[in-house]
Amino acid sequence: MEKFTTLNSRAIPLQIENVDTDQIIPARFLKATDKKGFGDNVFRDWRYHKDGSVNTEFALNNPNYSGTILVAGDNFGCGSSREHAAWALTGYGFKVVVSSFFADIFKGNALNNGLLPVQVSTDFLKELLNTIENYPETKITVNLEAQTISVDNTNLSETFEIDAYKKTCMINGYDDIDYLLSKKATIEAFENANG
Amino acid sequence: MKKTLFDKVWDAHVVDTIEDGPQVLYIDKHLIHEVTSPQAFNELEDRGIPIFRPQQIVATADHNTPTQNQDQPIKDELSKKQLEQLSVNCKKNNITLYQLGHKYNGIVHVMAPELGITQPGMTMVCGDSHTSTHGAFGTIAFGIGTSQVAQVFASQCLLLTKPKSLRVSVNGKLKNGVLPKDVILYIISKLGTNSGTGYFCEYAGNVFEEMSMEGRMTVCNMSIEMGARGGMIAPDQTTFDYVKGREFAPKGEEFNKKIAYWKTLPTDEGATFDKEYFFDAEDIEPMITYGTNPGMGIKITENIPVEENASFKKSLEYMNFEAGESLINKPINYVFIGSCTNSRIEDFRIAANFIKGKQKASNVTAWLVPGSKQVETQIIEEGLQDIFEAAGFTLRQPGCSACLAMNDDKIPQGEYCVSTSNRNFEGRQGQGSRTILASPLVAAATAVAGKIVDVTKEIKELELI
Repeated sequence: MEKFTTLNSRAIPLQIENVDTDQIIPARFLKATDKKGFGDNVFRDWRYHKDGSVNTEFALNNPNYSGTILVAGDNFGCGSSREHAAWALTGYGFKVVVSSFFADIFKGNALNNGLLPVQVSTDFLKELLNTIENYPETKITVNLEAQTISVDNTNLSETFEIDAYKKTCMINGYDDIDYLLSKKATIEAFENANG
Repeated sequence: MKKTLFDKVWDAHVVDTIEDGPQVLYIDKHLIHEVTSPQAFNELEDRGIPIFRPQQIVATADHNTPTQNQDQPIKDELSKKQLEQLSVNCKKNNITLYQLGHKYNGIVHVMAPELGITQPGMTMVCGDSHTSTHGAFGTIAFGIGTSQVAQVFASQCLLLTKPKSLRVSVNGKLKNGVLPKDVILYIISKLGTNSGTGYFCEYAGNVFEEMSMEGRMTVCNMSIEMGARGGMIAPDQTTFDYVKGREFAPKGEEFNKKIAYWKTLPTDEGATFDKEYFFDAEDIEPMITYGTNPGMGIKITENIPVEENASFKKSLEYMNFEAGESLINKPINYVFIGSCTNSRIEDFRIAANFIKGKQKASNVTAWLVPGSKQVETQIIEEGLQDIFEAAGFTLRQPGCSACLAMNDDKIPQGEYCVSTSNRNFEGRQGQGSRTILASPLVAAATAVAGKIVDVTKEIKELELI
């Protein structure tokens, strides 16, 4: 897994609540047997019309916006457990998703793929979305060590929560398999005791 | 210390605790299918890690399988490749696979309970969010991502932070024609799609106590639609009777010993929950959804609410509905009875009971998709297929089908589908499709009328149920 410490980037605003994983990556693209190529189809049915033409009204297609931070409405990632949603976002180039609320499974999947979910307050999210829409060149700094997200050249800043163990994993690029394998003897002892 | 059902099962599976961090939770059963497992197998192979406990894994092919002509080669090359990959991976790693055509094949959350793989007090996971279904047995069951599938492959454990506890109690007498699906759609419409996030939910009260196992599975199945990772119902005599004698259920003295343990699992009197909600059974009516998430539900007799929120308006625009209007008499061309929510024998009995002696409306294309080979066989043996055929319906073969439309069962652009599945997200049943979630009774009534009807008025038929 790629290490994550700090990130300074512009951001793409997605003013939609309850973005579900079927929108992030529709089911018809889940037939692959590896993790590659999902980025091409991220938000497929919002980025493109059914005839294949580009939906110029969608934020990812707006040339004013760019960057590796996605800022989205409340309850991001609800629905299916498909990790393909995390692969699609990282495949497109996102490294951080900001929202006022994340669905559980998506959040875990993101963390397991080096994609940092940053949960902010509703007020902060509103100001952040407005700032990006009014000034698309705005840059945002996410500091995982300090657990802060701030908008460059403004007073807009907030701290965010992250599980201490997951933070260590993100900063060092470790994953849970490494840890669990180190616990094999304890797991076997548990099995023997609970036979 | 008073413990909840969830506490008891969770605590019995904790292998280790990381200071200021998650716990190592032991997983008894791991269910896998073709869509969310290949990358996990690859991950282990790339890292040279063997599968730790292959005998605790059961595989089925369901998400991507055709529901017609299953004896013939699969036409879609990508689907075919994914299913072949599952067979190769299972064979290589000595994992039991119920592949297409096998007598135990079916939707993972239908076949595992009916084979007795699912048992009270267990921990179960699957790379599928509707794994919450198995909570109906008093099991901690939840959906996981593919990285976690790989973790369970490698260690039979997961690193997890214990979720908070939530209890939803429904007491009273359900009205005629109100089914378990209506109960859960009602709860989600009241609580919203994220009220359960970070929680494990227990359903309590006489309404759930009096439900069949099929009904309990329908309820627990949709826990994830209010954000809860899982839902549970205390095991009781109904549970024990269901499990008894099934293929992989404990037998003889072993079964009696298990029952003695299972009886200790229900939540202790006086145990506390982080959040509690109470509802009256009398307030629940047949439900229907009008929007693009499962929380956007109303009683079938109610009008769509009026809200000024942008996401709400976007949702209605997608559905081509007006705020304030009624859905009664809306013409419907597609009906789907199936999915891990409502594809068990009881669901088809309800549909057949309503359909008997009537005819499918000529404008309706209806897909009746059993949840497993065993359900399919039962439908035929009980004579339900004859009822369906006489009414102009055709029974298809088991699979996830139009619930997520990964196979050819796709609802066309712009069309409405009254569906017994679990999600009404944009495009869920095919690009541009518009899903209306409902019970098997409402779905059957829609298929007969060719439009949404007020089933509460069809008293005569309802009394038969």
